[in-house]
Amino acid sequence: MSDLQPAAAPAPGVPAGAPAGGAPAGDVIHDIGFRHYDGPRYGRGWIVRSLLVDTVRGVFGLGRPARSKVMPWALVAILAVPPIIIGLIVLLVGGDDPPITYTQFLYQFNVPISLFVAGAAPYAVSRDLRHGVLPLYLSRPLVRTDYVAARYGGLVLAVFAILAVPQTLLLIAALLAKLDVGAQLVGWAGGLAMSALLALLLSAVGLAIAAFTPRRGLGVAAIITVLIVVQGFSFALSGLAYGQDAEGLAVLAGALDPYRLIDGLAVWLLGADPVIPDFAPTDAGQGAVFVLVYVVALAAFGGLLLQRYRKAGRL
Amino acid sequence: MSPSASEPVPTGSGPAIVARGLTKRFGKVTALSDLTVEMPTGVVGLVGANGAGKSTLIKILLGLLPPTSGEARILGLDAATDGLAIRQVVGYMPESDCLPPDVSATELVVHLARMSGLPGTAARERAADTLRHVGLYEERYRPIGGYSTGMKQRVKLAQALVHDPRLVLLDEPTNGLDPAGRDEMLELIRRIGTEFGISVLVTSHLLGELERIADHVVVIESGVLQRSTSTAEATALSGSVLVEVTDRAADVVARLRASGAQVEVPDDGATTFAVDLADEAVLDAVAAAAADLGVGLVRMQRRRHHLTELFREAAR
Repeated sequence: MSDLQPAAAPAPGVPAGAPAGGAPAGDVIHDIGFRHYDGPRYGRGWIVRSLLVDTVRGVFGLGRPARSKVMPWALVAILAVPPIIIGLIVLLVGGDDPPITYTQFLYQFNVPISLFVAGAAPYAVSRDLRHGVLPLYLSRPLVRTDYVAARYGGLVLAVFAILAVPQTLLLIAALLAKLDVGAQLVGWAGGLAMSALLALLLSAVGLAIAAFTPRRGLGVAAIITVLIVVQGFSFALSGLAYGQDAEGLAVLAGALDPYRLIDGLAVWLLGADPVIPDFAPTDAGQGAVFVLVYVVALAAFGGLLLQRYRKAGRL
Repeated sequence: MSPSASEPVPTGSGPAIVARGLTKRFGKVTALSDLTVEMPTGVVGLVGANGAGKSTLIKILLGLLPPTSGEARILGLDAATDGLAIRQVVGYMPESDCLPPDVSATELVVHLARMSGLPGTAARERAADTLRHVGLYEERYRPIGGYSTGMKQRVKLAQALVHDPRLVLLDEPTNGLDPAGRDEMLELIRRIGTEFGISVLVTSHLLGELERIADHVVVIESGVLQRSTSTAEATALSGSVLVEVTDRAADVVARLRASGAQVEVPDDGATTFAVDLADEAVLDAVAAAAADLGVGLVRMQRRRHHLTELFREAAR
């Protein structure tokens, strides 16, 4: 919305000297009366896509004041610089594998990723909820779930983008270092698949929390807190269980943390190298639990979000 | 409807809004009770106290709230099934605060024009146009957070008009405005109906202000229709003449009463009184009485009804 051209060109064919009504004198624009619109009116699909694009742009601060751009782009830089450095190291030192795999990257950089989600999710939903803007959307040709879908889809795309870019940089570095092309491409594709799963889950969690904390600052804090607390809790549980020789439980506790859940899925589904080998799922039962937890968590947070809008969506 | 009233009919003919046996219950509360009413195109005022069911009716008309029973049609579209089509050709101005403070009016209205399905260029052009029409000029580039109530109401009105709807639903647009702002808003609404050629359904709990701008007034109370009447009919000439004399009003009245005329005199002893217009001879009698007593006749005016007094009578 930043590229506005506010000075609308006078419509051709409209007589300029037809003042109709009480526009104050001295206005540079001639009052040509109310003009009707007979151009195209796009339908629901177009509107949802528009709102989705708008959400992505807004998350990155495009069309918003400069200070809204600082945080997202700083985090993008934080995520993009390490792959470049890693790439340089591989290029200079050589070796068969980069020091970090594509899926491990998601776990290792969980802090900037969480910060990004915490900043973006409240932007996407809190403002409209807090200021009662929703009736303005709902009185237009779309339905409540369209609005939620567009906001969610926009956030998922944005989160996926900040994950996919550094992974792609990692791939480019690996290819420049003449590592095995096939293996790198497979690893990269797996990384993107896991990025998509992580983006879907983190966006659902972030939006659900943000939708219940209409103040933006509060939403940011709540999301960070929840992600950090859950991670700490999951680790403490794993450590405790490991100390008691309950290794199975130590593995399953990892499913509580979205990042370790994704890492476990990568290990189980793609055979990727785990971040913490001791806590990686090893048998089919554990793998099934990870898949189940993912599906249930996604459904639960998505449902929570929709539930919130069922109430808030009333005019 | 009287054909003399200058009604802009945007498209098609027939009533803009039709309700048949429309009922809406929320649990035990009945918001609308068997409402059957037709509202013509042009400016229609919907009057009722808070909680009378005005907002419920608007939500049903927008296709956002399914009625418990009955049917509502707006511009020929069924509110129960054609919600999307309705919302493409109808604009809505909510009663509540609904403006984000950190964007400018231009940004918001452009965005909402796109949310109505207008492509980018058209959205920008129409947003600029519409904001100008509602009376927002340079300030439209500033964040809405700093606007006065009157300016905010104009932004709310602009977003309802930006996609060039055929009908707008305005929920309490004069709420919170000072008297001057109220007059400006009413004038703007009148222009939407006449100059813009867009039908208007405007709600208010004040009959007096809608009387000035509405072609038709619908009154509901506790979800029940009280009255639906064309303003022209309701304010038609009444059967009495307002007479004002310079002096000695009491004598003139006495003389008129002696000649058999029905005279209604206000208690405050003013020089103005109303004479029942039984036949044209009464006018001659008034002139004769004034001439005989040597007082000046300031005016003789056919009186019009006011909607308010009509409803006051109905309420008795």
